[in-house]
Amino acid sequence: MEVFWDQTLRFFSFGDPIVRVAVAGCLLLGLACGLMGSFIMVRRLSLFGDTLSHAVLPGVAMGFIWNLSKDPVAILIGAVLAGYLGVMLVRWLTATTRLKEDAAMGMVLAGFYGLGVCLLTFVQRQAVGDMAGLDKMLFGQASALTGTDIQVLAVVSGVALALVAVFYKEFLVISFNETFARVSGIPVRWFNGLFFLLLSFAIVASLQAVGVVLVSAMLITPAATAYMLTDRMHRLIGLACVFGMLAGLIGCYLSFLGAGLPTGPFIVLVSSLGFIAAWFFSPRYGWVLEKLRRISRRRRMALENTLASIYRFREGEGHAETVALSLLGLSRHRNESLEEVESRLKRLQAEGFAKLVPSPRTAALEHCQVVLTAKGARRARTLIRNHRLWELYLNRAADYADDHVHDDAELMEHYLSEGLVDRLDQRLDYPRVDPHGRTIPSKEEARQ
Amino acid sequence: MKPVLETHDLTVIYSRKPVLYGVDLTVHAGSIVGLLGPNGAGKSTFIKACMGLIPLESGWVELFGQRGRKAIRRAGYVPQRESVDWDFPVNALDVVLMGRYGKLGLFRRPGKADREMAMDCLRMVNMEAYADRQIAALSGGQQQRIFLARALAQETDLYFLDEPFVGVDAATEAAIITILRKMRDQGKTLIVVHHDLTTAAQYFDQLVLLNMRVIASGPTQEVFTEENLHRAYGGRLTLLTQAASERIQQRSS
Ligand SMILES: Nc1ncnc2c1ncn2[C@@H]1O[C@H](COP(=O)(O)OP(=O)(O)O)[C@@H](O)[C@H]1O
Ligand SMILES: [Mg+2]
Repeated sequence: MEVFWDQTLRFFSFGDPIVRVAVAGCLLLGLACGLMGSFIMVRRLSLFGDTLSHAVLPGVAMGFIWNLSKDPVAILIGAVLAGYLGVMLVRWLTATTRLKEDAAMGMVLAGFYGLGVCLLTFVQRQAVGDMAGLDKMLFGQASALTGTDIQVLAVVSGVALALVAVFYKEFLVISFNETFARVSGIPVRWFNGLFFLLLSFAIVASLQAVGVVLVSAMLITPAATAYMLTDRMHRLIGLACVFGMLAGLIGCYLSFLGAGLPTGPFIVLVSSLGFIAAWFFSPRYGWVLEKLRRISRRRRMALENTLASIYRFREGEGHAETVALSLLGLSRHRNESLEEVESRLKRLQAEGFAKLVPSPRTAALEHCQVVLTAKGARRARTLIRNHRLWELYLNRAADYADDHVHDDAELMEHYLSEGLVDRLDQRLDYPRVDPHGRTIPSKEEARQ
Repeated sequence: MKPVLETHDLTVIYSRKPVLYGVDLTVHAGSIVGLLGPNGAGKSTFIKACMGLIPLESGWVELFGQRGRKAIRRAGYVPQRESVDWDFPVNALDVVLMGRYGKLGLFRRPGKADREMAMDCLRMVNMEAYADRQIAALSGGQQQRIFLARALAQETDLYFLDEPFVGVDAATEAAIITILRKMRDQGKTLIVVHHDLTTAAQYFDQLVLLNMRVIASGPTQEVFTEENLHRAYGGRLTLLTQAASERIQQRSS
């Protein structure tokens, strides 16, 4: 425990230069990956991103072999070239054989990765030159990042950010509708080339900290998380960058706690947890809130149906609001158990729609009188008005048979807005009688 | 006056199979031209060829008497609705705004004037109330109207529309045709891919019957004959023939 707090303090004071470099690296890679990943995701290029991230590996090894040192620029160039070669190979395979893109990508991905691992192992066996961190390319180790790495990362992220900001509208329209972009005179090929280059940069820049195997997750997951939360591209990009950076920071911290643990899996894990949280709790597309909304909708409908039943019962018995209706009577009328009706009425009472008045003759709950408050009566009349107007509308305008309109209206009465009901009323010329011959409360009556 | 669109000997080949073969066509300004033909006749391909989206095997296309990319920018394009991902994170106004991008050029961002203009275009197709809806939350007919508004925002004199009536309800179809007529009355030329023969004669001033080659082209009355339709649709014309010949009889009576 002591150690835990020590390490935490050491990490978040950012005093240790190694920690500073590692954190800067993880933040920058989160930014770059979130940015490019947003486009990858909306363009449905996830598999492409995965392929590219594996295809760069032999280039990384070659970049090292080039001058036997871990020179970030040489590695960057080697990686971009290898990535380009891989992508071209996929194109060539799909164009000249019957293979489809996914098969071609799958092969190129695995083939290049295999070659890369072999080359890296070979380089390490030779044990020449300074290869600090080269063995960490597979799973990533942020603490192996050097100051030069950070400079390269910063330049790469900065350039990517600036170019996307300047050419945002071009990238947007190309992603949404490429042919339309072309006929609008946008040099699509040029931008796609640029996109490929920026993406390769982001991938290579992230290799050292996240590793080849998991880079594609860093591209997709923050973007996918953001996609759960927003419907606008610029917000999606912003959120994806923030999520990427957060995952970078927290993942880096977690791997730091257990000294020597690979960073990549932790960053990806944090990022995935973030996605799960968004998937469950997103206000718009979240699973939990959708469920809650559905439950509360159902409950409201049940309450409103009870209100409408009380109204209908009275109407059937004459019309006077003084007709006595006991809880038992209501339960028989609604064909529901006494407990169910009781709990509904308790809720209605709590919300001020109805009151339960004890019977003077007996203390038994089932003989309590159900009385609508003014508010409850208003709501009931509105529901009845909605229901009957909708029935009449279906009957007249949509040619529904009389005996078919009830079920539909039973649902619609809860959803019709006041404006729509007024328009219905007007369209039907302010009718007073529904298809079953019952009175439709007018707007004024409903309001009373 | 120069024709708005002229193609000569236009030939397109997809993997050794000719899709368009020696298409000669001339379209003059100010009309709604229906491009008719059976499925796979090459209608979409023809539009793409005119817009420089696919390489030509031979022949040429001239828009407003010019060739090349400059000329193509003077034409607007409404692609088939299923050609885009409607789950894309943009709202209706964003899509319409894309119509302005061509005019803006590379470095300028859409400004307030563009946004207002895009709103006007939405208004023209009666969609202003949906400006900030994500596009997947629109019905098929509404999506088509958004595409139309984007075309309006392009402010060009020639438009290619690929099957704008597919998956659209009758009310929207009527609304779209009204807008197209309004555009024509402003002197614009519209080339519309269509495949419902029962409405073709009613909607279009000119018709082009296409099936790899141009079977017939010219004013609707001259082109819309049973013989021509037979030649364009071949043996596939069964129910369609019936419907069309009823139309023809209606018109001649
Ligand atoms: N990208 C493509 N590659 C190969 N063949 C294609 C391609 N696009 C269209 N085709 C073929 O070209 C023919 C014409 O297609 P298209 O122009 O889409 O027809 P239409 O729009 O008239 O239904 C079809 O037979 C189709 O299979
Ligand atoms: Mg087509």
